[in-house]
Amino acid sequence: MRKLMRVVSVATGIVAAAVVSFSAPAMAAGGGGDIKQHEWTFDGPFGHFDKASLQRGFQVYREVCSSCHGIEYISFRNFADLGYSEAEIKAIAAEYEVTDGPNDEGEMFQRAAIPADRVPSPFPNENAARSANGGAYPPDLSLIVKARPDGANYLYSLLTGYADAPSDMKVPDGMYYNKAYSGNLIAMPQPLYGDDITLANGGDTSPEALAEDLVTFLAWTSEPEMETRKRTGIAVMLFLFVMCFVSYGSMRYIWADVKKAKA
Amino acid sequence: MSETVENQGRRDFIVVATNTMLAVGAVAVAYPLINQMNPAADTLALSTIEVDVSAIEEGQAITVKWRGRPVFIRHRTAEEIKIAEAVSLDDLRDPQDDASRAENPKYLVIQGICTHLGCVPLGQKIGEVKGDFNGWFCPCHGSHYDTSGRIRKGPAPTNLEVPPYAFLSDSVIKIG
Amino acid sequence: MASPEFKNPVVKWIDHRLPVFSFMHHELHEYPTPKNLSYLWNLGSLAGLALVTMIVTGIILAMHYTPHVDHAFASVERIMRDVNHGWLIRYIHMNGASFFFIVVYIHIFRGLYYGSYKAPREILWMLGVVILLLMMATAFMGYVLPWGQMSFWGATVITNLFSAIPLVGDGIVTWLWGGFSVDNPTLSRFFALHYLMPFLIVGVVILHIIALHRFGSNNPLGIDVSGKQDTIPFHPYYTSKDLFGAMVFLTIFASAIFFYPNYLGHPDNYIPANPLQTPAHIVPEWYFLPFYAILRAIPDKLGGVLFMFGAIAVLFVLPWLDRSPVRSGRFRPLFKVFFWLLLADCVLLGYLGGKPAEGIYVTLSRLATAYYFIHFLVILPLLSVVEKTRPLPQSISMPISGGGMGAAVAAKRGKADA
Repeated sequence: MRKLMRVVSVATGIVAAAVVSFSAPAMAAGGGGDIKQHEWTFDGPFGHFDKASLQRGFQVYREVCSSCHGIEYISFRNFADLGYSEAEIKAIAAEYEVTDGPNDEGEMFQRAAIPADRVPSPFPNENAARSANGGAYPPDLSLIVKARPDGANYLYSLLTGYADAPSDMKVPDGMYYNKAYSGNLIAMPQPLYGDDITLANGGDTSPEALAEDLVTFLAWTSEPEMETRKRTGIAVMLFLFVMCFVSYGSMRYIWADVKKAKA
Repeated sequence: MSETVENQGRRDFIVVATNTMLAVGAVAVAYPLINQMNPAADTLALSTIEVDVSAIEEGQAITVKWRGRPVFIRHRTAEEIKIAEAVSLDDLRDPQDDASRAENPKYLVIQGICTHLGCVPLGQKIGEVKGDFNGWFCPCHGSHYDTSGRIRKGPAPTNLEVPPYAFLSDSVIKIG
Repeated sequence: MASPEFKNPVVKWIDHRLPVFSFMHHELHEYPTPKNLSYLWNLGSLAGLALVTMIVTGIILAMHYTPHVDHAFASVERIMRDVNHGWLIRYIHMNGASFFFIVVYIHIFRGLYYGSYKAPREILWMLGVVILLLMMATAFMGYVLPWGQMSFWGATVITNLFSAIPLVGDGIVTWLWGGFSVDNPTLSRFFALHYLMPFLIVGVVILHIIALHRFGSNNPLGIDVSGKQDTIPFHPYYTSKDLFGAMVFLTIFASAIFFYPNYLGHPDNYIPANPLQTPAHIVPEWYFLPFYAILRAIPDKLGGVLFMFGAIAVLFVLPWLDRSPVRSGRFRPLFKVFFWLLLADCVLLGYLGGKPAEGIYVTLSRLATAYYFIHFLVILPLLSVVEKTRPLPQSISMPISGGGMGAAVAAKRGKADA
């Protein structure tokens, strides 16, 4: 047992050292911004998405973000995860138009979207997006939480981080002061004010509450498999814990005669 | 060596338990590794399609792609329906009456895959060969199908298959 | 090698013509193994487990992945979102690379501490270094395949290393790229090679095992097996111990896959590659950080590349740098101290590799790099001459001659000192 302890401590030491040396760059990359730590329902091994919050977040995305930001990896059928029924998903999809084709005449044509379609993006490509937004590129949001260090907290801080610039700071035209953004100058105007949206399922419309719903929705678009993953993980961990115990018992049983001969 | 018999039994048990759990674990690991080759969610999402048939003129047909294969939808004329219904079942290689093949006799919905060796029969477009029975003709090995898509002549063993479908309304059918 | 008597007539019939069963019995069953191996000797079989895991999940990912710059990123997302259990298989593969390196690094440091590279195991050791090199190449090319920002810029920076070679450098880089920048031809060939190299690793691993089985495992005492009383059959003793080790390993591995799958990755790699914009702070995967620190520590392009490769090359000649006849660090009081210093130095290099190349970090990188080479090129040869080693036990199961101290006691003392 002492031997085991020693090996475990050395191994943990090496792993911990590796982890420390690794996590350093992640922190360095997030520098420059003021990041608030927020509590999320999807944090931790038992984390889950709150369906009502996801639906509100989707509405906020649709009414506020979707004019500039796409969620290209999400299909309408995925909205079943938000708690919508098949009929509701069909209705949501039908409100969008997608390009299909070519038809028999070789022309591309517009048709109403069906659940199997991806949610259409506002711009056909990055250049179009840049030219419509004064050179700034509104990134696609389907992976945004995974694509930023401490993504959920970062986005929450960014969405609620608009403030008046300090008097010694010059804010150029088309830029806005944001406490969370690296460099504090962001091309995206403040998206959430709170008073200009009425949530379908009657949620709180303070900017903080809207930001929380929106980030929850975006956490889901980034990791739609999260709930399944964590649930599977719990089962796998339980199995492996038991497996560790019985395989340790087997080993002790098999080694009993060798240990005895030594003593 | 001073183990009691009882103790020995308990400890043998642990080896058996380990091996059993190992086998269970191996099966649990194998499942996702095998299941990943089944159709993915995006493929399954397209396994049912909805088709608006109101735009098909009488006497004309359209081909839609369903699960990667052609489905023929023909808006049959009254005469075609009459011929299809009049055929005696004794004359058929694969006896099926027309009513059991077309829920709504106006629209015939069949898989455009010859039951012989999987070619796509002709007869969809105006001007294409429709075969001796005015239905479809498979150019690969010369199978003739009638206006109900039943095999009448040639090597194919069975009628053109009817895919699972349902009318959602008078003009929209859901295939799959 | 006396063939075992097989009871099953089919097995017997086959074995007479194709002695695979005898071979397996000899190499995996009765294979005599020192009876005093510690848990650090589990890492070899764990590395094998990691390799098999990577190959199996890798082949599956290749069934769904598209090696084209326009589709690679989206095809990975399709794996994550639409393929049945695709997220699981991809996260196993992604984290598997890190865990493979963790296992192999511990395996290497175990070899360093117990002198497993010394005669007659020099070739065994060198084959291990070849495996490390192949792993690094495989991991690097695999990291390019998702075609995220880090993929692209990692590929650009690392392939540019070759431009440091005088005269032909630029030509080599263009040849590697198949164009004038990292682009579709680069991605396609990296995919092909990433698929190929694991099988080369399997080949070298087989050689590694053949070399291992020639003289058998080294052991914590570092002394040769003196007879049957020192060994036990591999099965069931070490199979049961390896199984237990594997379960502990899988438990840690699974906790990363299911609960922190992106902890060891970099967020920027979830942004599609953009050849016109470099991320603010690019770093390689953690397992390359010590080497990356050495690369940046040298203020000369060619020099940096040479030192970085030199850090691995020095391992090749290690058996001839450390001439001390005593293998195990347990009986080498001075070596032991320097071993832990080296480990600390490597961890420090890893830390520095993740820091921006400025200010104090540069100075520290240079010192740590210098120390790394001094350890191998100066300290080890010197220790071989000046170090006064402790008396070795007579055999693994016998008391030390004269001293009357049991091997187990000696081992315990060594432990306490370590």
